[in-house]
Amino acid sequence: MIYRECGIYRTSYAKDMALFPIPLDRWATYAIAAAAFLAVPLLASDYWIGGLIVPFLCFALAALGLNFLTGYAGQLSLGHAAFMGVGAYAALILYARYSAPLLLSLLGAGLVAAGVGVLFGTPSLRIKGFYLAVSTLAAQFIIEWVITHVKWIGGGVYATIDTPPLRIMNWWLIDTPVEKYYLTLAVVVALTVFGRNLVRSRVGRAWMAIRDRDVAAEIMGISLFRYKLLAFAVSSFYAGVAGGLISFTYYAAANVEEFNLFLSFRLLGMIIIGGMGSILGSYLGAGFIVLLPIFISQFLGGVGKVVGRLVTTDLLANVELMVFGGLIIFFLIVEPLGLARLWRTLKDYLRLWPFPY
Amino acid sequence: MSGDLLFGVELAVSGLLVGVMYSLVALGFVLIFKSSGIFNFAQGAMTLFAALALVGFLPRLGMGVSILAVLAVMVALAFAVERVVLRPLVARPPLALFMATIGLGFFLEGLAQAIWGTQPKGLDIGIPDTPYVVGGLLLSRLDLAGAAAAGVLVLGLIVFFQKTTLGLGLRAVSDDHEAALSVGIPLGRAWAVTWAIAGVVAVVAGVLWGSRLGVQFSLSLVALKALPVLIIGGIESIPGAILAGLIVGAAERLAGGFIDPLVGGGVKDFSPYLLAMIFLIFRPYGLFGREIIERV
Amino acid sequence: MAKRLGLVTLALLLVGGALALIPSAAAAQDKTVWIPMLCYRTGPYAPGGSGFCGGKEDYFALVNAKGGVEGVKIRFQECETAYDTARGIECYERNKEGALVIYPHSTGIMYALLERATRDKIPLSHIGYGRADAADGTTFPYAFPFISTYWSLASAKVRFIAQREGGEDKLKGKKIALLYIDIPYGRETIPIMERLARRFGFEFRGFPVPPPGLEQGAQWTDIARRFRADWVINRNWGVSCTVPLREAARLGFTREKILGVWWCGSEEDVVPAGEAAKGYLSAEFSGSGRDFPVIQEIIEKVHGAGKGNIEKERIGTAYYNRGVVEAAITVEALRGAMKKFGYPVKGEHMQWAMENLNITEARLKELGLLGLVPSLKTSREDHEGGGAAKFKQWDGTKWVGVSEWIAPYKEIVWEAVKESAAKYRAEKK
Repeated sequence: MIYRECGIYRTSYAKDMALFPIPLDRWATYAIAAAAFLAVPLLASDYWIGGLIVPFLCFALAALGLNFLTGYAGQLSLGHAAFMGVGAYAALILYARYSAPLLLSLLGAGLVAAGVGVLFGTPSLRIKGFYLAVSTLAAQFIIEWVITHVKWIGGGVYATIDTPPLRIMNWWLIDTPVEKYYLTLAVVVALTVFGRNLVRSRVGRAWMAIRDRDVAAEIMGISLFRYKLLAFAVSSFYAGVAGGLISFTYYAAANVEEFNLFLSFRLLGMIIIGGMGSILGSYLGAGFIVLLPIFISQFLGGVGKVVGRLVTTDLLANVELMVFGGLIIFFLIVEPLGLARLWRTLKDYLRLWPFPY
Repeated sequence: MSGDLLFGVELAVSGLLVGVMYSLVALGFVLIFKSSGIFNFAQGAMTLFAALALVGFLPRLGMGVSILAVLAVMVALAFAVERVVLRPLVARPPLALFMATIGLGFFLEGLAQAIWGTQPKGLDIGIPDTPYVVGGLLLSRLDLAGAAAAGVLVLGLIVFFQKTTLGLGLRAVSDDHEAALSVGIPLGRAWAVTWAIAGVVAVVAGVLWGSRLGVQFSLSLVALKALPVLIIGGIESIPGAILAGLIVGAAERLAGGFIDPLVGGGVKDFSPYLLAMIFLIFRPYGLFGREIIERV
Repeated sequence: MAKRLGLVTLALLLVGGALALIPSAAAAQDKTVWIPMLCYRTGPYAPGGSGFCGGKEDYFALVNAKGGVEGVKIRFQECETAYDTARGIECYERNKEGALVIYPHSTGIMYALLERATRDKIPLSHIGYGRADAADGTTFPYAFPFISTYWSLASAKVRFIAQREGGEDKLKGKKIALLYIDIPYGRETIPIMERLARRFGFEFRGFPVPPPGLEQGAQWTDIARRFRADWVINRNWGVSCTVPLREAARLGFTREKILGVWWCGSEEDVVPAGEAAKGYLSAEFSGSGRDFPVIQEIIEKVHGAGKGNIEKERIGTAYYNRGVVEAAITVEALRGAMKKFGYPVKGEHMQWAMENLNITEARLKELGLLGLVPSLKTSREDHEGGGAAKFKQWDGTKWVGVSEWIAPYKEIVWEAVKESAAKYRAEKK
């Protein structure tokens, strides 16, 4: 009863093409957007904004990029963190060394990462599946190596570029957590809306066709060459912007060690847990992988306080790992298609509730 | 022999010996992928788990009994994994299973360290570090022993897969799950047995790598060394894993010795991946991987 | 059924998470100061993290057991970072309210906190790690790399090698190999080693080890058989510290000529190498073992009362002692801050006190820290306060000190510090 499609008439092409044809979806989205732009800065503490939400948004953006590649176009990648790294360094080189405007630096970061992504995406024309995944590992290692060893990029032995004060148009200083949050949110929302439209465009349909059956897609006249590389480009673009953004608003520096192989695995984990081929899933998955360990740790910390000295902190830290691993398995068993699918199930349930049929 | 040549030969020989150790880890991946199509990312964590368990048992039980005990633990673990993780996920997308093994990896790392602690421990298997000197070459006894152990293990596996009924059954499962089921091979048990064998491989890898590095968390990172071996050798081939391990070991050391000084270092660790990418262009399914003919 | 179970669990998790985030009501004692502990007890580097944190917590517990600092107790609580920068920042943001000092416990976290801590006016104490140019207090007012930075250490190592070789003039023509893990931390001392090589005329070459460095056969074959180094500096981290000892033994390279950075000089680094570690030398910024009054006091008053923060057998290990040293310096600064500003103490008071530390030998003796900590005198310009390092040797079961405090080549180090700090200022403008 609460969530239903019936009674909604699409009487014009514009209505038919709307992003959210169902009013409830639409209102819910508006409500979330309003909450994100208005309520969160008012209600949440600096800790929530600066310590949890900003990194969550950045990682969600990167996961979204990977979801285009893996979830929509069906190409597995284990080098996604390296593309974030490319973006981080590109953004800071543009912004700090060449004094490019802030948003243009982010755009540039995305474009440079997209270029590098296309380069490392070429093996996808010949191989797929786990072989492709493992060969994208080469991208991870080579990019890390280049960043550390080419002096022009990292600027010496530290291979780290510090973030200068963030200014938009030379007058608006972005300094407090709330301001950084707005910057992050604006970029993430813009790219999410763009992505949402992209996947229902010709490009998105081509990707899904390739994912479902590449031979059939080619017979239908979809250029695998063009769309596979486009998937790498778009996904790396998102990763690059996310890398630049997180270096600007969170890490306060571009440091190659942050964009390591384990982040690549975690990004892949985000989209598998969240839901492949789902935009909402990228967010849910990022929440799961980024925020859940923190919650578990705080929860166990609370338990530890109650139980007292019987449990050592060492034990707690390892139990946290076990709980996290156990939850991954648990959610996969409950819903192998990801948390986004669970959300769909809930919507289906609400369609009838509270009436039995 | 001239200096550089001797240096090269020395690198190559030691590289080959270390390559066998890489093969050993890769073998665990191959076994599970072959029989169930799962890319088991928990193999590294299983290696760590086995090694930590062994060191945990040692003071009380002595070497021989400890190894038996660890083998028993790994077999029990395999059956538990099959029951709790794999069975509910039968016929699910391979990526979900892959992710589940990552979760399993976290769980095992946490469990092993919660029980046996995070402090690194030495593991002395009674082989001294002093090298043999053969014609100016230094050969490590530990590496030789490792190579020998790996060789025995591989021979054993080959005999198992070729000669025993259970082994034949597992090969049938790897060929076609449904056909195997229809001729009466219990799929669940077959998987459990495969995981148990992978567990045994993890014990051997854990002992050999543990005696090199000490038993500590980093043992689980050894799995990363297996990845290029898998691409070059093919994810489904036991001989492929062995040969590719040798190639990777030697290539890595030669790159480290001759290319690193020229470019300021660090090539060594990704040279196997570069090599793997070249291989992939010419043989997309590895040296011995199952060729799937497809034109796209 | 399974689906519904999933939904319920999801809901429970969200509620549980939200509950867990409600800050626990602070223990309402009248006079306390708050020191959050960013620790790593999981992941590849956990063996070090637990000792480093445990040592600090034990020292704080000792101070509390003796009545606190002029009646003010130290409240401390751990936050697990797993050596991950993002989680470290989260820990910082969660715990920074009223914090007097932050121990980042990781170079990446230190970078990320540098700006935040400066804004929030909380000093960072990063003893023996973090960027070396942070010693320049005019550029980095809130960063405190006490005792010795990597650059000071590198030069102290060269001085130590010169001593062993029988004088600075004997360094000429010697070959020193720097085996380093190929991350910014590992590469940090290359410029200073190059400067020192020019000055003393020894031959210097770097041998990078790609992380995590499980396998270093190629580098070692090169060092021992082609380059034929006289001395090897082992500048690794975690498991890659242990591997060189085995590789050297395998190639018959004497361990008495391998000199570790302090992060390669703990029991955790040598025990897994077994026999192969015997004779290995390592640098250190603190004394080793349990033979110090303060350690005995901790055993008696903290662990004796069942309030220890670490397994008893690990007391006196390298990481533990380092923790005690860092905590002791913090407490001395806290004392200074309270003397000047009184209670309540704020971050900027701590910063002032840390800049004006003067811990003399006599004071160390009073505190039972003599031999464990070198005497220390900081200023507004110099946040390092000495730069001396000690050296020790592994005899198969324990570390044995083999030198007194060895001073760095200060003018070379500070020239580099000033240059690097100027570059940082230019980047941050």
